[in-house]
Amino acid sequence: MSMTFYLPKDASARAMGADAVAAAITKAAPDAKLIRTGTRGMTWLEPLLELELDGTRHGFGPVEPGDIAGILADPQGHPKALGPVTDIPFFKTQTRLTFARVGVIAPTDMAAYGAHGGLTGLRRALSMSAAAMVEEVKASGLRGRGGAGFPTGIKWDTVRLANADQKYIVCNADEGDSGTFADRMLMEGDPFTLIEGMAIAGIATGATKGYVYLRSEYPDAIATMNAAVIAARKGGLLGDLLGSGQQFDMEIRVGAGAYVCGEETSLLNSLEGKRGVVRAKPPLPALEGFMGKPTVVNNVISLASVPTIFANGAAAYADQGLGRSRGTIPVQLAGNVKFGGLFEAGFGMTLGALVNDIAGGTATGRPVKAVQVGGPLGAYFAPHQFDTPFGYEEFDGAGGLIGHAGITIYDDSADMLGMARFAMEFCAVESCGKCTPCRIGAVRGVEMLDRMKSGDPVAQEVLEDLCETMRDGSLCALGGFTPYPVLSALRLFPDDFAARKEAAE
Amino acid sequence: MPDASQTDRIAAILTAHDGLEGPLLPILHAVQEEFGLIPDDAVPQIAEHLNIGRAEVHGVVTFYHDFRDAPAGRHVVKICRAEACKAMGGDAVAAAALAKLGTEWHGTTANGKVTVEPVYCLGLCSCAPAAMVDDRLIGRVDAGKLDAALTEASA
Repeated sequence: MSMTFYLPKDASARAMGADAVAAAITKAAPDAKLIRTGTRGMTWLEPLLELELDGTRHGFGPVEPGDIAGILADPQGHPKALGPVTDIPFFKTQTRLTFARVGVIAPTDMAAYGAHGGLTGLRRALSMSAAAMVEEVKASGLRGRGGAGFPTGIKWDTVRLANADQKYIVCNADEGDSGTFADRMLMEGDPFTLIEGMAIAGIATGATKGYVYLRSEYPDAIATMNAAVIAARKGGLLGDLLGSGQQFDMEIRVGAGAYVCGEETSLLNSLEGKRGVVRAKPPLPALEGFMGKPTVVNNVISLASVPTIFANGAAAYADQGLGRSRGTIPVQLAGNVKFGGLFEAGFGMTLGALVNDIAGGTATGRPVKAVQVGGPLGAYFAPHQFDTPFGYEEFDGAGGLIGHAGITIYDDSADMLGMARFAMEFCAVESCGKCTPCRIGAVRGVEMLDRMKSGDPVAQEVLEDLCETMRDGSLCALGGFTPYPVLSALRLFPDDFAARKEAAE
Repeated sequence: MPDASQTDRIAAILTAHDGLEGPLLPILHAVQEEFGLIPDDAVPQIAEHLNIGRAEVHGVVTFYHDFRDAPAGRHVVKICRAEACKAMGGDAVAAAALAKLGTEWHGTTANGKVTVEPVYCLGLCSCAPAAMVDDRLIGRVDAGKLDAALTEASA
């Protein structure tokens, strides 16, 4: 009997032991077919092995090498059998548009990509005028998924209308925010989707060259993207696009461990081979970006959402969502979380539904004390704010931001003064040094929090004043948004700051 | 003075990157891959080839955390210090590892075997805390898993 197994090769699955499971399968069933895929995004089940039974993929997890013999002997009776993978509630309740193929196919198999709906968007794009393509993106309501939420179509239009001998598409894959891993998961699981999105962006704006700026902390994603670029050139997804005569090619560039390079102007400097310092805006990168030329700088998820918009139409995408937040958002459930992973759904779910119902609360089983939404520069939220719907404006109104849609959960043992101090310390370590509020402010912020810890009564006022200066005076979001976690921690959990004051007195 | 072999090897790297737009980071990654660090005397050679100032190259080398001016130990352990890992007790895992190895962040053990570095996010935030021993990723890391990975790496 010929058997087909699917096992993720995603970094999270490997970190939980997937390679040892793969070796055990090869040893126990040398004739079986083993396809390494991306991850379904249910990290608590990793390594999540899938076995095709009567055309349906059945899941087993978390699998250890010692389970293989038992699974081979009696798959459906095995204690780790989960039934059909797509029926698992965490998966079934999602709306997978951007991540439709992630976890399903072998990431760099061009034939599988085409068989699962890949290239449909590009084919349609090639039949449209550039202006109509930009209108399509505008109609989809797609906004920058990196965190800023700027309408993608408007950015593309600025580049399209700019006159230049060379334009560029730059993909920001410098996903440095803790609590976020959607970019990594997409690049490791379905890299052709990102490439197709970049190619479509190239046609729409008149750019013929693209770069993916990928952080060095993601070696697996770098390897997969490099392999995918080579396969895409062979398959007509790069170069002469599907034989249309339209040209687009791209390179993968690796960062060098600077968090600030996730900021678009600093990223462009880094890509040019300079120190990753922030540039003042204007000029906008859309007019003077990489090498001074008009450049689209979009996040991985923004670009990877483009193929589904073109394949199924802007309306189908815009049907999802809430208010001015249209389409789907891949929410990443991280930190002290029971059911951690990636959950793609239309905007509008409440924070509480995501944290309590989908994520199942904490891994430790203790009460949720706080969640940080949007990475290290995002605000903390306490349970009394859990009715906030997931959307750009809604989170802004609640004093936070959705950022890259990572939710990091903390149980009641979290020390919020310590977390506030870490936010300042991180800003000090990672500041590019160009503007004073960030470079000096972060260092002073650490000092003020240390003084609060030791009971200094005036430190809080100085800290709040400092945060105002950083917020209003910094050139980019690093210095400008570090006050979000600091002040939200202070306002929501004054006891964590006050208790220490009393203890010291 | 750089030895002739080093000069030749760097020259080969430089030539291989001719024609790239913004080639400096790829060049520095390749140099570090070759030598395990960025040799001081590589800086003027790179600057001359790219027709930019030595200060510019030096500035870039020192700006980025990845580039080393001293060789790492035979194995590099990276332990995540960022928020999602903190939420799962990452600080305690890191403290125990540093104490056991008898070194500080960025330090190398006395026998030159292990360098320990902080990393701010490996993207393994849903199986935190996370660490990396050379190329091997570890999720839900604890002292036992870290020890096992180090033992395996040394074997």
